[in-house]
Amino acid sequence: MIDFYLNGKRRQCTDVSPDTSVLELLRTQLGHTGTKEGCASGDCGACTVAIGEPDDNGELRYHNANACITPAHQLHGCHLVTVEGLSRGDALHPAQAAMVECHGSQCGFCTPGIVMSLFTLHEAQRRHPAPLTQESLEAALGGNLCRCTGYRPIRDAALSMGTYPDTHPTWADDPDLAINVAKLRESASTTPELAAQGHFTAPRDLATLRELKRQRPHARLVAGATDLWLEATQQLKVLDDLIDVRQVAELNAIEETPQGWWIGAAVTYSRLEPLLEAHYPAFAHLMHRFASSQIRNRGTLGGNVANASPIGDTPPVLLALDARLSLDGPDGERELPLAEFFLDYKKTALKDNEFIRAIFLPRLADGQNLKVWKLSKRREDDISAVLAAFAWRLEDGVMRDVHLAFGGMAAIPRRASRAEQALEGQPPSVAAFDAAKRALHDEFQPMTDVRGAAEYRQVTASNMLERLRLILVAASNKNSHAEVTLDAYAH
Amino acid sequence: MRTLTDISQDSSRTRRGVDRQASGGAGAAHPHESAIKHVTGRASYIDDIVAPADAVHIALGLSPVAHGRLTRLDLEKVKAAPGVVDVITIVDVPGHTDIGPVFPGDPIFVDDEISYVGQCLFAVAAESHKAARLAVKQAIVEIDEQPASLDPVAAAERGEFVRPTHVQESGDWQQVLDGAPHVLEREQFVGGQEHFYLEGQACLVTPTEDEGVVVYTSNQHPSETQKLVAEVLNIPFHAVTVEMRRMGGGFGGKETQASPWACIAAIIARRTGRTTRIRLPRAEDMRVTGKRHPFHNRYRLGFDDQGILLGGDITVIGDCGYSPDLSEAIVDRAMFHADNAYSLGQVRVTGHRAKTHTASNTAFRGFGGPQGMMIIEAAMDDIARQVGEDPLTVRKRNLYRAGRDVTHYGQKVEQLELLHDIVMQLEAKSDYWARRRAITEFNANSPIIKKGLALTPVKFGISFTAKHLNQAGALLHVYTDGSVMINHGGTEMGQGLHTKVCQVVARELGLDLERVRITATRTDKVPNTSPTAASSGADLNGQAARDAATQIRERLFDFAAAHFFKDQGGLDREGMRLENGELVAGEGESAHRIPWGELVQAAYMSRISLSAKGFYSTPLIHYDRQTAKGRPFYYYAHGAAVSEVSVDTLSGEYQVTRVDILHDVGDSLNPAIDIGQVEGGFIQGMGWLTSEELKWNEAGRLVSDGPATYKIPTFGDLPPVFNVELMQGHPNSQASIYRSKAVGEPPFMLGMSVWSALRDALSSLTGYRECPRLDTPATPERVLMAAEALRRRQATATAVEETSDDLA
Ligand SMILES: Cc1cc2nc3c(=O)[nH]c(=O)nc-3n(C[C@H](O)[C@H](O)[C@H](O)COP(=O)(O)OP(=O)(O)OC[C@H]3O[C@@H](n4cnc5c(N)ncnc54)[C@H](O)[C@@H]3O)c2cc1C
Ligand code: FES
Ligand code: FES
Repeated sequence: MIDFYLNGKRRQCTDVSPDTSVLELLRTQLGHTGTKEGCASGDCGACTVAIGEPDDNGELRYHNANACITPAHQLHGCHLVTVEGLSRGDALHPAQAAMVECHGSQCGFCTPGIVMSLFTLHEAQRRHPAPLTQESLEAALGGNLCRCTGYRPIRDAALSMGTYPDTHPTWADDPDLAINVAKLRESASTTPELAAQGHFTAPRDLATLRELKRQRPHARLVAGATDLWLEATQQLKVLDDLIDVRQVAELNAIEETPQGWWIGAAVTYSRLEPLLEAHYPAFAHLMHRFASSQIRNRGTLGGNVANASPIGDTPPVLLALDARLSLDGPDGERELPLAEFFLDYKKTALKDNEFIRAIFLPRLADGQNLKVWKLSKRREDDISAVLAAFAWRLEDGVMRDVHLAFGGMAAIPRRASRAEQALEGQPPSVAAFDAAKRALHDEFQPMTDVRGAAEYRQVTASNMLERLRLILVAASNKNSHAEVTLDAYAH
Repeated sequence: MRTLTDISQDSSRTRRGVDRQASGGAGAAHPHESAIKHVTGRASYIDDIVAPADAVHIALGLSPVAHGRLTRLDLEKVKAAPGVVDVITIVDVPGHTDIGPVFPGDPIFVDDEISYVGQCLFAVAAESHKAARLAVKQAIVEIDEQPASLDPVAAAERGEFVRPTHVQESGDWQQVLDGAPHVLEREQFVGGQEHFYLEGQACLVTPTEDEGVVVYTSNQHPSETQKLVAEVLNIPFHAVTVEMRRMGGGFGGKETQASPWACIAAIIARRTGRTTRIRLPRAEDMRVTGKRHPFHNRYRLGFDDQGILLGGDITVIGDCGYSPDLSEAIVDRAMFHADNAYSLGQVRVTGHRAKTHTASNTAFRGFGGPQGMMIIEAAMDDIARQVGEDPLTVRKRNLYRAGRDVTHYGQKVEQLELLHDIVMQLEAKSDYWARRRAITEFNANSPIIKKGLALTPVKFGISFTAKHLNQAGALLHVYTDGSVMINHGGTEMGQGLHTKVCQVVARELGLDLERVRITATRTDKVPNTSPTAASSGADLNGQAARDAATQIRERLFDFAAAHFFKDQGGLDREGMRLENGELVAGEGESAHRIPWGELVQAAYMSRISLSAKGFYSTPLIHYDRQTAKGRPFYYYAHGAAVSEVSVDTLSGEYQVTRVDILHDVGDSLNPAIDIGQVEGGFIQGMGWLTSEELKWNEAGRLVSDGPATYKIPTFGDLPPVFNVELMQGHPNSQASIYRSKAVGEPPFMLGMSVWSALRDALSSLTGYRECPRLDTPATPERVLMAAEALRRRQATATAVEETSDDLA
């Protein structure tokens, strides 16, 4: 049974198959058709809903999410808000009123999703008012496609909704809502009944997760589902045996050590953001271009690594940083350098009964630099054609500890060891970089696919080295003013 | 009815005497009629309609190969799959099996020959959508695969066309080319475009008691769907009713290509006697339906030292896919727009309709016009580099002007002053020349980041080129509480057509907009309608609605003159008017005022009909395909845009940093809606030319078949500076509805300024001596490859120069 609140009212749904999405639940079982399907793949945002979960202070925090790829079972102990639940009688919520007055809808099909993303932005602004910048608006709305308006009126609505009378949805009157939601979470998710159903199990601690993995080694793990669910919606695979890691406390921890941070595998990108902003600005900047807020709110670092896609965005960065993994399972825990994790196309060193417990991010050493460049057809919410992450130190004018990691250039994310050698111990000279480019050209044979031709990948990867050289030259030459990066791509 | 409703609460009555304009009438920036429903989730789309619990759901079995013969189709396991209710193939179609909209060539299911990946082989109806989709996978399909023809240029060379080639000629272009001081010859590829309407193809059919069906469909052309469904079922048209409330986007993609699903669902509904639903999952929608035609264009043009065109030869080849669909008219429109806003001189324009093994390409905002314009805009840039002038200078010199004001198909361009005014005003507003200087200087000092700037105009012909489609009907009812219902043949897809038509009626009847309601478009209310396309929705249906409203008004005036104030000699018929919810007769203090509700009730009691049907057909237009001359367009809509870009020449990535637009809508019917169309059209046009890349693999399978791989503009692509204005002071020179102009398609082509700005930025790599070929979409990949090619050529050129210097 899924026990949750929908627009302030308790709902208990039984007989929901494990691979049902929130969108299917809403549209076909609950008769809530305000939430639309535009793609069923997390890309368009038409299905955007807000999910409220109790935070550490027991207050409900709402994030926007793609209902089409969110497992219905993950609603357990949550407050789901849909477009039908925003107004107060006839009085529109500011997100809605602003959209009407700014002429923010034409065909209206994207509108419920846009309104929900505006709603979560409005909620966030209510808690922590902050000036809305181009960047913060893109972060809030980049996952909502609109084919009609061209977005200008939607931008205006986002900018003006703060000036509307703050009409609360009717459910916001209920003082006990947060407590009741929290109660459901505490009680129900650990009930033996839930575990006995067997097929969608959400353990709350590491010991239970290990035990479940022992009993059901072939059960699929699900975290944010932002990769996994596409198998259901796009390939029509039946996912009938799932273990949800989102609730496992140990996998949600961020542990600081003198050397760096252990990031629990189930930590979402949104939660990781402050740490990245503070310690790895280049990585944080990449995350602005990683998918959309809907995806970042649910997707996890563990999922990105486990998915082992050659075009996953974080693995090259993690490789450049010498990240390590903690792999865990019924047979105990072991550590593995990330570089040894990826074996071949989508093949990893993870054993059947294992899972990723955490990822270790080493602190940047003194003088260590990190640059990350993502190349895609569209700046926002697009998968990389090529991604490069470079780390190095400059010591007495020569480059040391050179790490050049690439995605999109081979069957797995990996470092360009020969190009690294060409630069190691060298000053950033044209000759050294030419040698590195030649080595790079030799050690990768990228492929041609829908995101780019092999030649394009080769040329741009090589040009990323060139950009690095130009930046190093510019840094050492106070007279150079010419920009080498576009504003929106700079970090 | 026996008694009339009490209208003492009549708002026009309570507000009487207050000096106010009837709110929301034509010309006002009223919000979309469904805006509140959109934002609350109450607006209902096809898949939101509540169906009976026993409704069945359809999934389609599609061809995995592009070309071949179907040798075996074994559906036994499909039929046995859980939840399956019915399975049909071509042999189960009771009536017509060819559903080609204009010309034959579109079989509803494959019979024998397979012509593209995604062509329908069979359909499954099951208890749930998922059950139907899973059952499809059980089919055993064997195909004798044959080589697919995927290259339209090669197809054209082999003479493989879906329709005959058409040629337009004006003057002795060959002689002009021979004698021209300069001649340039270039080619380009202009990519297609996926509609990506957010609501995919969807339809729901209920069987009726009399062997017919009611069809609810997301559809731009209900009357055509009615016809095709009737033909497929082999029943009279009056047994089929098509209803269409709103689309979640259409853009041309639901003009002809919404019908097949309606036909298939109708067959199943009749066979099972159950309500039948169909909706295409996104990836299927993208594979199965046609797109904007990709075009291969070339020109050979002669010009003088000023860069002014003397004439030449232009060829456009549209990649039509496997069947004619609307390609005849689409390639015609590309040809009609190969001049854009410029006088071509003595020219031949040839249009080929190449047949390839892909989905049948179809209507998409601009209907071939944009693809045709691209060739002349390319030429403007190329010629400018050749004669060493700024591209804007060359564009201005070539604009239609007095003495050079007749198109290559013989139509006179009437609003010359408007065209020049737009360009000149925009040039000033956008500060073009100062920015040009700043950019040239910036580029000289910036080796990697290059900026580009371009102004491109638009002149777009308004009317269906198929003359008979230029007609419309409307049905207007006034009820005895004074509320008004209007229906017309147009369909609402977000463009605000219904809002505008309500505004027209409100203005004609002097009422508040709340009093006028519009409901779903239905074939049993207004029959034999044209598609909502060619930007003509408001022009045609607005006029038809106005005709109906005018009839009611005149009828009420006649009635009022005879009925009211008889003792005072009756009312003055001459000066009567409807305003602010009242009938007013006479002037000033002595004027008589009768509230609308009272007027209506009195008319009813006197047995005056309160219903009228309106009709409109566009005057003046004609085109003779034999002579390739005529006046296919009632008028032209104009506009211009200036775009600025910054290009990273190491990666090919770029940003559009500023856009200024000035667009002509005549006297606007609704400025807010018109601005929305201009902005949305521009961004969609920009997407077409930049990030939206369709890719097929060698086997002819579309690999960019979802939003993960096909990238339409998103929030961050909105230019940070985006100044959009409607041109003021130029009412339509033709008697269109309130002298407004169509606005659906024309702004789409303003997106060309972004592409031209990219070429400008790249051209700076050669010191503005060369303009690179830049096929579209100009993805970062294409931009980078163009930059690399220019750099390579520059390097060799400099090397050559240096060697020759050495020799000297
Ligand atoms: C619209 C959209 C945009 C996207 N954009 C990007 C992008 O820009 N860059 C990018 O890199 N990716 C992108 N992705 C992919 C995806 O969001 C990321 O890979 C994400 O990190 C996956 O995390 P998750 O928690 O959702 O994983 P899930 O989908 O839950 O799981 C993915 C896989 O990992 C396994 N798994 C999950 N957790 C564990 C664990 N703890 N131990 C072992 N195995 C585990 C699952 O069994 C599954 O096989 C995008 C996806 C979508 C739908
Ligand atoms: S339906 Fe497109 S993101 Fe969910
Ligand atoms: S209003 Fe149509 S997609 Fe946004």
